[in-house]
Amino acid sequence: MLTLLFDGIAYGMLLFVLAVGLAVTLGLMNFVNLAHGAFAMAGGYVTVLLMERAGVPFLATLPLAFMLPAVVGAVAERTLYRPMYKRPHLDHVLFSIGLVFMAVAAVDYLVGSQQQIIKLPEFLQGRFEIGGVGIGRYRLFIVIVCLVLTAILQLVLARTRFGSRLRAAVDDPRVAAGLGINVNQVFSVTFAVGSGLAGLGGALGAEVLGLDPSFPLKFMIYFLIVVSVGGTTTITGPLLAALLLGIADVFGKYYVPKLGAFVVYTLMVVILFWRPQGLFGRAASK
Amino acid sequence: MSGAAQSLAAARRWKPWEIAFLVLLPLSWFAAGEQHSLLANEIAIFALFALSLDLILGYAGIVSLGHAAFFGTGAYAAALFAKFVMPDPLVGLVVATAVTAVLGAASSVLVMRGSDMARLMITLGVAAILYELANKLEFTGGADGLQGVTIAPLLGRFEFDLYGRVAFAYALVVLIIGLLIARRIVHSPFGWSLQAIRDNRLRAGAIGLNVDARLGVIYTISAAMAGAAGGVLAQTTGFASLDGLDFHRSADTMLMVVIGGAGWLWGGVFGAIAFKLLHDLLSAWTPQYWTFWLGLFLVVLVMVGRDRFFKPWLWFRKGSGA
Repeated sequence: MLTLLFDGIAYGMLLFVLAVGLAVTLGLMNFVNLAHGAFAMAGGYVTVLLMERAGVPFLATLPLAFMLPAVVGAVAERTLYRPMYKRPHLDHVLFSIGLVFMAVAAVDYLVGSQQQIIKLPEFLQGRFEIGGVGIGRYRLFIVIVCLVLTAILQLVLARTRFGSRLRAAVDDPRVAAGLGINVNQVFSVTFAVGSGLAGLGGALGAEVLGLDPSFPLKFMIYFLIVVSVGGTTTITGPLLAALLLGIADVFGKYYVPKLGAFVVYTLMVVILFWRPQGLFGRAASK
Repeated sequence: MSGAAQSLAAARRWKPWEIAFLVLLPLSWFAAGEQHSLLANEIAIFALFALSLDLILGYAGIVSLGHAAFFGTGAYAAALFAKFVMPDPLVGLVVATAVTAVLGAASSVLVMRGSDMARLMITLGVAAILYELANKLEFTGGADGLQGVTIAPLLGRFEFDLYGRVAFAYALVVLIIGLLIARRIVHSPFGWSLQAIRDNRLRAGAIGLNVDARLGVIYTISAAMAGAAGGVLAQTTGFASLDGLDFHRSADTMLMVVIGGAGWLWGGVFGAIAFKLLHDLLSAWTPQYWTFWLGLFLVVLVMVGRDRFFKPWLWFRKGSGA
């Protein structure tokens, strides 16, 4: 029971790292980016390919799994995404679905459609028990990494100058720009970091979530759930939503495996119907 | 008559090309022959499905990523009805339409509130719930799909043949009926009010329109039409599968609407034709990777802008806002 809870927490933390970039994109520029999962997939493949083809150890691949999607994200934001911000939501949806289709087919072409398997280093394998609660080492590793990341994010957002600029831009881009904040630049950086975090999440999650070319489509709905249920105005909202989702999903799959993801989807529809702004969100001004 | 009333009346008058198009549709049955009837049947079904999505997307402005929910439900309803109750196609079609209309009415409550994003998620979620249900329940056949559905001859006389001749004729008739109904709806005062809601919800409410009720009605109608399309597909192929509820089905259909032109009644038909031909062309060329080119097409289409993409002569004119 507690083991399940722990697995759920690990899963939820992972989802949070994967989805937090999306929350910022959506909150800041009101852009519905369905292609977020593609960046996560990129990170996953960076790790897998580096380990398999180049023999790089697992931990050493993680920074690269962050860097590469971040760079790709920054370039894509400059060239592809920026002209899209002012368009209606329908265009956002079509545009990012197009990107997802391209990413899926491209990875399929380059790497192949089979499920990728990650060989974890020895010290992350297996599980141990504390007070009768079985804890997987790798799960614990995920939780720690994600907790550290969350703490850093929270600190950056709350304490640094960049963080206050970002919060100002999220609250009201026009007024923020009027105060001399370069909103476009803030957004570029945030988009890159968000994509990088997604990549890191994809690399960490390759073992737990599985990794194959259809990854962006399979988990798109999960990211979107985290963001829409958690709201986009805070960082704690998506975090709690991700934990809730992770725990609900693990428990749902364990106790009522027949219903599968049914529990999660139903929960989401009910929550969104009850509070369209998300559980922790405020009413948006836009 | 005032200017506004005149322009409304002018829009609803039958134009010569519209009549010509409606005449051409039945003629396409003869043109299709035995070789192309199956493909044409599919196009006609997806045209109807795209039309139903256009009603809510193009006219009422509801961005839905889960319209396949109704398409798939219609397919399963028709297939189950034929298998367990009665194999007659027409009765089955009525049942499938009625079932999805009820489902549409029930879920329309969900799309009335919230922002575009919440609506996107709710439509996506409803489709995902139905997908999971169909996947896990016993009587839907799970991942294998619902097989062994036999459909009685149409009107008791025309057996559904291997080449899809009867199927295509059947789908065409349903499509034409759907087009006529949709045309009547969008050119009615009700249809105009929907466009008012799409363009500015707040103002539409301020002039006394009951926004929620109207969105609910059009959502229900659209769901019923999508269900009819799914029903026809299940009946003409004798098969209902998870594919009908899948996410890519919703995305494809949205693409059809956008290619054809959202908010334009005939757009769904043209979009379905263009999409299906594009699909066949691409998948014949690169069977495994055709989605890449589809994605590229989408990205370019959106970046250039739909209007400019299909009407290159607009490049030299001042943009009037797409």
